[in-house]
Amino acid sequence: MKILVCISNVPDTTSKINFTAGDTQFDTNGVQFVINPNDEFGLTRAMWFKEKQGATVHVVTVGDTTVEPTIRKALAIGADEGIRINVAPKDGFYVARQLAEVVKNGGYDLVIAGRESIDYNGGMVPGIMAALLDMNFVNTCIGLEIDGTQATAFREIDGGKEKISTSLPLIIGGQKGLVEESDLRIPNMRGIMMARKKALNVVEPVDAPSPTTDQKFERPPAKGPVKLVDAGNVEELVNLLHNEAKVI
Amino acid sequence: MAVLVYTESENGKLKKSASEVASYAKHVAEQLGGSVTAVAINAEDTIALGTNGVSRILNVSDEALRNFNAKAYANVIAQAAETVSAKVVILSSSADSKYLSGLLAAKLNAGYVPNVVAPPESTSPFVVKRTAFSNKGFALTEISSETKIIGVSNNSYGIVENATDATMEDFSPAINDGDFSTKSVEVDKVVGKATIADADIVVSGGRGLKGPENWGMVEELADLLGAATACSKPVSDLGWRPHGEHVGQTGKPVASNLYIAIGISGAIQHLAGVSASKTKVVINSDPEAPFFKAADYGIVGDAFEVVPELIEKLKEFKAQNA
Repeated sequence: MKILVCISNVPDTTSKINFTAGDTQFDTNGVQFVINPNDEFGLTRAMWFKEKQGATVHVVTVGDTTVEPTIRKALAIGADEGIRINVAPKDGFYVARQLAEVVKNGGYDLVIAGRESIDYNGGMVPGIMAALLDMNFVNTCIGLEIDGTQATAFREIDGGKEKISTSLPLIIGGQKGLVEESDLRIPNMRGIMMARKKALNVVEPVDAPSPTTDQKFERPPAKGPVKLVDAGNVEELVNLLHNEAKVI
Repeated sequence: MAVLVYTESENGKLKKSASEVASYAKHVAEQLGGSVTAVAINAEDTIALGTNGVSRILNVSDEALRNFNAKAYANVIAQAAETVSAKVVILSSSADSKYLSGLLAAKLNAGYVPNVVAPPESTSPFVVKRTAFSNKGFALTEISSETKIIGVSNNSYGIVENATDATMEDFSPAINDGDFSTKSVEVDKVVGKATIADADIVVSGGRGLKGPENWGMVEELADLLGAATACSKPVSDLGWRPHGEHVGQTGKPVASNLYIAIGISGAIQHLAGVSASKTKVVINSDPEAPFFKAADYGIVGDAFEVVPELIEKLKEFKAQNA
């Protein structure tokens, strides 16, 4: 089984978000970039398929040379080979087209992407890829077993989960649940050393449309101070929620 | 210019979000000088959409579509969009709608913007405001493709009454067997209980509650308020509560009218995930907890005393206002 894990290079979850250039760009100053958390759960599941079922695992990222440390980290965790598509990502449609090209040329059986990236939150890349490639697709995937070409997936739905039966070739939009938080791996020294010797192939982008453009960013409006209610006067909270906030 | 809205249903009844996305669609249609067509799959009560400004309703009734199937549903919506020459297609932010959105975008060759929180700022160029950076910011995003898809953030626009004479018709799109190569085997879903995605009120617990055995009062408070229960990331990582309850940047976003956080200190990732909630209440024994800076109302106190007291007072309140 040949697996491609699509990785987005995103600001660490603790990052404070600021904008620059007249609020038209994300300010990367002082920001630590990491493997998108939804993708990291998928990468870890891919490692399981590698170790238990002999799968080959490639990782791919769309971006300029600044994303290479993130690809190297994925290689240090255990992926066999890295691919960088040499272009700044534009929008979800554009990224999906680039990734679809790599999937098509690489003959992958399973493509693992994240449900969404935690920066631009488009959540459309795996779905668009699936449509372009006519592959089976399971989103918000929280469990995946492969037996030959048959796949059993679990999907998180609003208020519960759904068991899905499908087959390879398959694309999933993964998230926490594919593996547990405690299963995530921190690269060890041996992994980091080995990652340096692994192939990181650079491929050039294909022409593709980008139908959406972020024109401007805004930070959330500043919030007024909290109204404190004394612990001995809980009734006051009920009054405030009813009469002032009008939410009960 | 025609606007198409996909109105979701469950067990034959429209979901609450259907009224909201229909209301939003009407707003967009007025901006564009057009009308709204709704497409619904196996829903029996779609005539009600007339109250939210829908003038034409396409009812799809097909046993093959009894269970949600992203590919098949995307194909139905795409055919409806072609039938009415829709320039804008409106979706909700449910897990199902997000699942089919990418498939639909590729099919219609349309730019798609999810998590939209307001009506278009302008229609030429077509610019919408959406959340970005997991609710740590907003983006004004232009959609330049001929067909545009908007995913409306839950609870962001609200339900607007707009009585319209709606015509209903049966719509029978082509359905391909190939769409069912991904098949639902089993759905495990809590019934009769609000979900985080569509609840007006969410009651959430953190590590301050000390252990899963103490969730009884969280559930009691939630039941009393008709609320969904949620939890912080450490609580789900510790296995005290199911993953589906984890709210925050890497969990589910919350956009309820009221969010009550009990024993949650308020890490930046958590606050981002719940920031779209309109009113936030925090109950925490630590007055320095960051959540107090993000909340509207707060009680500094021991959750094990405050929450039972709150339950009592709410019962009295309900008895008086019944």
